[in-house]
Amino acid sequence: MGNKQTIFTDEQLDAYQDCTFFTRKEILRLHSRYHELAPHLVPMDYTNDPDCKLPLALIVNMPELNENPFRNRIVESFSEDGMGNLSFNEFVDMFSVLSEMAPRELKAIYAFKIYDFNVDNYLCKEDLVKTLNRLTKEELTPEEVVLVCEKAIEEADLDGDNKLSYADFENMITRAPDFLSTFHIRI
Amino acid sequence: MPRKKDTDDINIEMDADESESDDGGNNKRTNNRRQGAGRGGARGRGRGKKPASEDEDEDDEDEAPKGRRGANKKKPVKKRGGRNAKDDDDSEDEAPKKGRKGAANKKKGGKAQDSDDDDSDAGKGKKGKRGGKKGGKDEEDSKGKKGDAKGKDKGKDKDNDNDKKKKKKKDDSSDSDSNTNSEEEESMSEGEMARLMEEVEEKKKLIATIRNKPWRMKRRLVHLKEAQEFVDKFEGALGKGKGRKWYAYKVMMKKKWIKFSRDFENFRTACIPWERKIKEVESHFGSSVASYFIFLRWMYGMNLVLFGFTFGLVVIPEVLMGLPYGSIPRKTVPRVDQHSAQDYSVLMDFQGYCKYSIMFYGYYNNQRTIGLLKFRLPLSYLMVGIGTFGYSLMVVIRTMAKNADVGGGDGDEGEFTFAWKMFTSWDYLIGNSETADNKYASITTSFKESIVDEQENQKDENIHLRRFLRVLANLMIVCSLGGSGYLIYFVVKRSQEFANRDDLSWYEKNELELIMSLLGLVCPPLFETIAELEDYHPRIALKWQLGRIFALFLGNLYTFLFALFDEVNNKLEQEGSIRNASLWAMKEYYANYTLFLNDSSLTPPPMPPADVIRGPCWETAVGIEFVKLTVSDIQVSYLTILIGDFARAVIVRFLNYCWCWDLEAGFPSYGEFDISGNVLGLVFNQGMIWMGAFYAPGLVGINVLRLLSSMYYQCWAVMATNVPHERVFKASKSNNFYMGLLLLILFLSLLPVVYTIMTLPPSFDCGPFSGKPKMFDVIMETIDLDLPAFLGTLFSYAANPGLIIPAVLLMVLAIYYLNSVSEAYQNANMELKKKMQMARDEEKNRRNNTDSTNQVMKDLEDLLPRGSLMAPPEPEKPPEPESRLTKTKPGSAGKGVNLQKDVALASPNPNARGPVNRSPGPRGAGPGQGPGRGQGPGPGRGRGRGPPPR
Repeated sequence: MGNKQTIFTDEQLDAYQDCTFFTRKEILRLHSRYHELAPHLVPMDYTNDPDCKLPLALIVNMPELNENPFRNRIVESFSEDGMGNLSFNEFVDMFSVLSEMAPRELKAIYAFKIYDFNVDNYLCKEDLVKTLNRLTKEELTPEEVVLVCEKAIEEADLDGDNKLSYADFENMITRAPDFLSTFHIRI
Repeated sequence: MPRKKDTDDINIEMDADESESDDGGNNKRTNNRRQGAGRGGARGRGRGKKPASEDEDEDDEDEAPKGRRGANKKKPVKKRGGRNAKDDDDSEDEAPKKGRKGAANKKKGGKAQDSDDDDSDAGKGKKGKRGGKKGGKDEEDSKGKKGDAKGKDKGKDKDNDNDKKKKKKKDDSSDSDSNTNSEEEESMSEGEMARLMEEVEEKKKLIATIRNKPWRMKRRLVHLKEAQEFVDKFEGALGKGKGRKWYAYKVMMKKKWIKFSRDFENFRTACIPWERKIKEVESHFGSSVASYFIFLRWMYGMNLVLFGFTFGLVVIPEVLMGLPYGSIPRKTVPRVDQHSAQDYSVLMDFQGYCKYSIMFYGYYNNQRTIGLLKFRLPLSYLMVGIGTFGYSLMVVIRTMAKNADVGGGDGDEGEFTFAWKMFTSWDYLIGNSETADNKYASITTSFKESIVDEQENQKDENIHLRRFLRVLANLMIVCSLGGSGYLIYFVVKRSQEFANRDDLSWYEKNELELIMSLLGLVCPPLFETIAELEDYHPRIALKWQLGRIFALFLGNLYTFLFALFDEVNNKLEQEGSIRNASLWAMKEYYANYTLFLNDSSLTPPPMPPADVIRGPCWETAVGIEFVKLTVSDIQVSYLTILIGDFARAVIVRFLNYCWCWDLEAGFPSYGEFDISGNVLGLVFNQGMIWMGAFYAPGLVGINVLRLLSSMYYQCWAVMATNVPHERVFKASKSNNFYMGLLLLILFLSLLPVVYTIMTLPPSFDCGPFSGKPKMFDVIMETIDLDLPAFLGTLFSYAANPGLIIPAVLLMVLAIYYLNSVSEAYQNANMELKKKMQMARDEEKNRRNNTDSTNQVMKDLEDLLPRGSLMAPPEPEKPPEPESRLTKTKPGSAGKGVNLQKDVALASPNPNARGPVNRSPGPRGAGPGQGPGRGQGPGPGRGRGRGPPPR
């Protein structure tokens, strides 16, 4: 770090380390990745918190996200404006939540947000249909889609309102054996 | 005069607030606070004035604003009103951030507000209480204060803290009106201290867990900063007198320790190699292939430690301090072999110079101590041999335990089939389009399978056929396992015959290794083909496959071991006769020596070390066998990759242009990465290392090299030549399965080594234990000679069966006890789970307002008096998850605010949450505290606390 110009001050790095699951090196790497996305937009010097946001289209093209059927949702749910424009803080936040070390509870919250396409704090049938179509590239027939969605809601819905609230979702997802191993991205 | 103004201020303030009171719960809150403040101010004014004037003497560092205090009084208040209005507006569109902003803006307005906000965010009741208490009283002083606070730069937290501190002091001063300034400097009442301490602790906890909070990063950063500053500020103030220094020292050390541990952690993760390589593989092939490489890396780490032990404590001391090559018979190639000792073929068989090198057991001398440092090499040799096993056992078991509790998911299969498939089947690691396509396909198939299952829930009509096929498959596999076992047995017998002959062809010499490698090459694909019959889910199929290949390898290994033991026994007999012969020759020599020279002093026979008759040294022979096996294993596996994968890929790729069918899609196509075979190869190889390391210390070094090269080689091969699995599946918890295999093989390889150490006599003329009846006698020797006498007697007591048997009994009892305890826990766990399930069902039913599915529950409900069952869970449950989300959801922030209000209103009697026993001072501001305090818990609860910190 000494040979290059300072990207972050030590205090900033410490603060980031306190707030995320990353080490110093990883934070610097994240910055370089962020910088690579738009070299002319992102400054190298972050010591005075420049206000700079990258649009969704750029971030979605990262190889880590490129193949993910939910990439737009991921970026949108981590952006403060909900439109998918990410500042560096939010960018770090995203990969921190998706990192291996993040606890199940935290991941569950963001997974819920990601799958909540219409941002109404419930996973309703519409959300599930979208999820399913993205997962299968719309290769299931409409009847099958309806059946699967109904089944999924029936399984997980506790309060009988035909949509999944966060409590339902959390209850379901915390018991899933594969959730932790699949809901992470290594950067 | 100022008194009058004060009332005006308050009125204005209240008006401003009231005019905006329709803004929502937030405003309600501030409104409450204001009223409280007003009242508090009205009451405390009489007293509040005095401390303020006292302050003027005391606060020297605040010179500048002081003069303006009176003049400014009006302005800041107005400003504040405006600010509040703005805050409220803000809060409508960004609920999560509101608290922070409010805190920043109103910090000077009184501690109440500040701490309320912190409180609601961090979910801390304590702070609210304290803040509330202060708030009412501080209002007075701080109103004056605000003048100077506003005058200063807002952003400067230093100043804020300064203010806070001062307020605190003022508190004290007004607590006891008659106190002098010097006294209040010193005194901080016990209760105050305890509260402060608690607060600091809470802040610290917040710092530690802030990364687990589902907040926006910006908010986290700000909170972190605030908390850190708070801690910095007040930590030093804690403790008093002598204790203060000690406390400050402790705090400083703790800070340093945190810094150090973070640096160390950074360093440690920087040391983890191949992170990027594995990531690349992972994104191409999914987590199952990557799990192999992670396992490989783990093995490399473990072997590196073993290598460190062996080389640091055995090999290097021997090289540096031991006798050089050629000084004694065991370190010299015998005369007969010297002409061919440097031939390539001989060296490749680890004979000749190789055999008489530090790589093998026989080279080490039995001198009790070597060099200037008096290094006890034999002892260290034995200890390292045992320590290798001890360390490996520890590491494997620890890793297993860690993996086990990471697994976590305890869902009962079938409860959430569709939901899980929908939300957890996508592997977020996938970053390669081909893999992604495969994944899409496999998810679609799995959904279709589940749909079919669901639609016709009755059993498959072909169940009998499938069962038959599975039995048939297992039969075939057992047959082939038996066949391969017999083949090895046969070859071993034959090789023992060959051992007595000299005219051997290359094939006959290497028959055993060749056959074993060939079996390892042919059988796994055979098993895989047979397993097609069974039609299991690939993850289950992988386990079966692993189990079968494991059985094959194990059979091979043990057949090999038995053959080896036969050989060892032969060698031992041989050795006995040579020993007698050489002893006899010795005696003869000495007899002649004394006879002719009449000199009875014992000088050794003037024979060059190369000519001395020597025994077969079975330990070295065993070591050579293991090294040979390991090396041939490396060769075979590398060649397999080169031919089976690389050549195939090249052919398929380039011949495809001029071939009559599509090679890439058709018959040969590209290879898939064989996870099970590779994992077992690794595990099996590690077993060889464990077994062989005692007899060939150099083997560990060879293994480290092998793992290192195979990491690079296989990473390259998999990326260059393999295609992703057709049915990509996740490696859920299979890591522990690998570990289980490793543990098993560790145990199995422990047995023969410990057996040889404990029962077989070491060779008389080679190795560190030569001349002793048993290897472990070296420990006895050390106890007798090096340790003080009483320790020797202590050990002899400890070795007494009378002591050992009770000790063993005790251990058995402990195991039994722990076992039953864990069983009890398990039962309790089950019970709890059942209860949870029941509660959920119940809730579900109640919400549905339909008939209970659980008849017993329904009957019970009927029997119970009305309403007794209804009350408890209802009010708590609904707001929590939603409100938790409002923190993180920008779009729904407005909603969050409304919700907050509801909750704040709903929370029953907020005043009841504050403690009654507070330090006496602020009593005067009593009514003012109520709302101030109440606000703390109210929103804190309403807005949720995020997930519980873990």
